[in-house]
Amino acid sequence: MVLVFVENSDGKFKKAALEAVTYGRKTADLLGSECHALVIGAADNAGELGNYGATKVYQLSNDNLNSFDSQTYTQAISGVANDKGASTIILSNNASGMALTGRLAARLDAACVSGANALPTLDGSNLRIKKNIFSGKAISEMTLTGEKKVISVTGNSLKPETIGSPCEVEAVSVDVSAPKSKVISQDKQTGGPAPLPEAELVVSAGRGMKGPENWGIIEDLANIIGATTACSRPVADTGWRPHHEHVGQTGVAIRPNLYIAAGISGAIQHLAGVNQSKCIVVINKDPEAPFFKAADYGVCADLFDVVPKLTEAIKKAKA
Amino acid sequence: MKQLVCLSKTPETTTQIKLTGDGSQIDSNGVNYILNPYDEWYALVRAIELKEAVGGTVTVINVGDASNDVVIRKALAIGADDAIRVDADPSNALGVAKSIANNVKEAGYDIIYCGKESIDYNGSQVPAMLAELLDLPFVALATDMKVDGQTATIKRDIEGGSETVEVQTPFVLSAAKGLAEQRIPNMRGIMQSKRKPLNVVSSDVNDAKTQISGYALPSGKSEVKMIDPENMDELVRLLQEEAKVL
Ligand SMILES: Cc1cc2nc3c(=O)[nH]c(=O)nc-3n(C[C@H](O)[C@H](O)[C@H](O)COP(=O)(O)OP(=O)(O)OC[C@H]3O[C@@H](n4cnc5c(N)ncnc54)[C@H](O)[C@@H]3O)c2cc1C
Repeated sequence: MVLVFVENSDGKFKKAALEAVTYGRKTADLLGSECHALVIGAADNAGELGNYGATKVYQLSNDNLNSFDSQTYTQAISGVANDKGASTIILSNNASGMALTGRLAARLDAACVSGANALPTLDGSNLRIKKNIFSGKAISEMTLTGEKKVISVTGNSLKPETIGSPCEVEAVSVDVSAPKSKVISQDKQTGGPAPLPEAELVVSAGRGMKGPENWGIIEDLANIIGATTACSRPVADTGWRPHHEHVGQTGVAIRPNLYIAAGISGAIQHLAGVNQSKCIVVINKDPEAPFFKAADYGVCADLFDVVPKLTEAIKKAKA
Repeated sequence: MKQLVCLSKTPETTTQIKLTGDGSQIDSNGVNYILNPYDEWYALVRAIELKEAVGGTVTVINVGDASNDVVIRKALAIGADDAIRVDADPSNALGVAKSIANNVKEAGYDIIYCGKESIDYNGSQVPAMLAELLDLPFVALATDMKVDGQTATIKRDIEGGSETVEVQTPFVLSAAKGLAEQRIPNMRGIMQSKRKPLNVVSSDVNDAKTQISGYALPSGKSEVKMIDPENMDELVRLLQEEAKVL
């Protein structure tokens, strides 16, 4: 059985979680097996995970799991996997996934791929899975030979698909020790656009902006299409924009459908984190800017002129 | 405070990745290697800062062959006290984590640091594996840490924001941007690093369950379409009808 750990965001499931369920179902189909989902904590609509491919949902509530702790969550997920006979565990490659994937693999002495960006294929009884390496400058294909496997899936690698119907939810329990770490506060943007790793549309800007006071035109463009804003590294380093907006080899690696870059030169370290975007638009006044070589569409002009015009053109097209 | 920092060696960030003729390997000809930026800039420097504040030691550990000694010496030049190199092939994350765990299990480190990922294989696996093998709590993606006695208050990145976690030593953390500021080694540090101990140990971990069976390069982009800056309507049309992303 393939067990998908579905992250529960205050009773709701984010897109990344649904993607993991669809990934799990397709992996189960490949292995001739079933796809079950595990939800920790209360969620009213857990059975709806069936729509995305799960045929059973396990719901686990335990006071020791009220706040995220990688150690107790690992005990819980591996406990359910062992009790229910799961050979493969799938999770999202996000902040909690990064804390859990390696732990689970070590605990189960399993083969492990983090950041899978395509569905597996079969090689005899082994799975083969592609993942990006060098922040997208190359791709490696991994062969998983262990009996147990742990796979974390990169966001936006596949679309959540409606391939099933609501399914049975079974309450389960496992022994979990008291957590040794405690979340004491959270500071999350509420509402607003999707966080960068999940965003389908991203508007990004670099040093060509001249200063933080000029970001209004970037925010306007982002707002009108519902995009998330990002920036180049020097922009975050000088404090013009918050660190979590920094994309590239040493920042967030993203793969949105659309990446609009204004006033960014396109240094190799920047490209490494964004070159998996499906469509790249580059606005730069220097015709020699290296970013044009990685772009689908280019506009060679002053961004202070072009960006507001683009925003207007989109408004017009939407009206 | 007894601290350990795990280091990996990675190709320098400007490296153009090329494959060998048969595509079975990354071509290492002409590649320059550096300390993994997350390990050097954030993990190592934060450990040194804490040592400066409360005393104790900073040990660095790396799994790899003797060609790694150059980057290990750099960590000593930045301010680590001593180094361990586990002489083993680092190509499998679980193998690396087991090699480290076996060598540090009895040492009683208070804080064990890793970078959030190595910039070559982007795995983010070793820190979490190490924590599990040592049965320690683990805080991933740390961007700020305050330590008061045995209690650490750590800010970590989560999707679209941050959260603050409280944990007691001993624990493992993975360092992300913000945890510290890069330090350039000075001449004195470089001279001292040559005399600091670098102990080479062997490892008998050998049970790779995950292997790399091949490499590929991303398919090249087709030629860029240049759009008249006076005609943003055309760009919008292309994004809607040709690229179908708006
Ligand atoms: C180890 C290492 C890791 C790194 N990691 C990253 C990373 O993760 N992410 C990252 O982004 N960088 C990274 N860098 C930095 C990278 O090398 C570049 O320095 C950086 O990306 C440049 O940022 P920029 O494009 O905003 O600025 P610049 O290179 O200064 O480019 C500004 C661009 O704006 C254009 N411009 C200026 N004014 C206008 C205008 N009015 N209208 C239109 N265009 C205009 C210019 O033509 C220029 O092309 C890293 C570097 C190192 C050494």
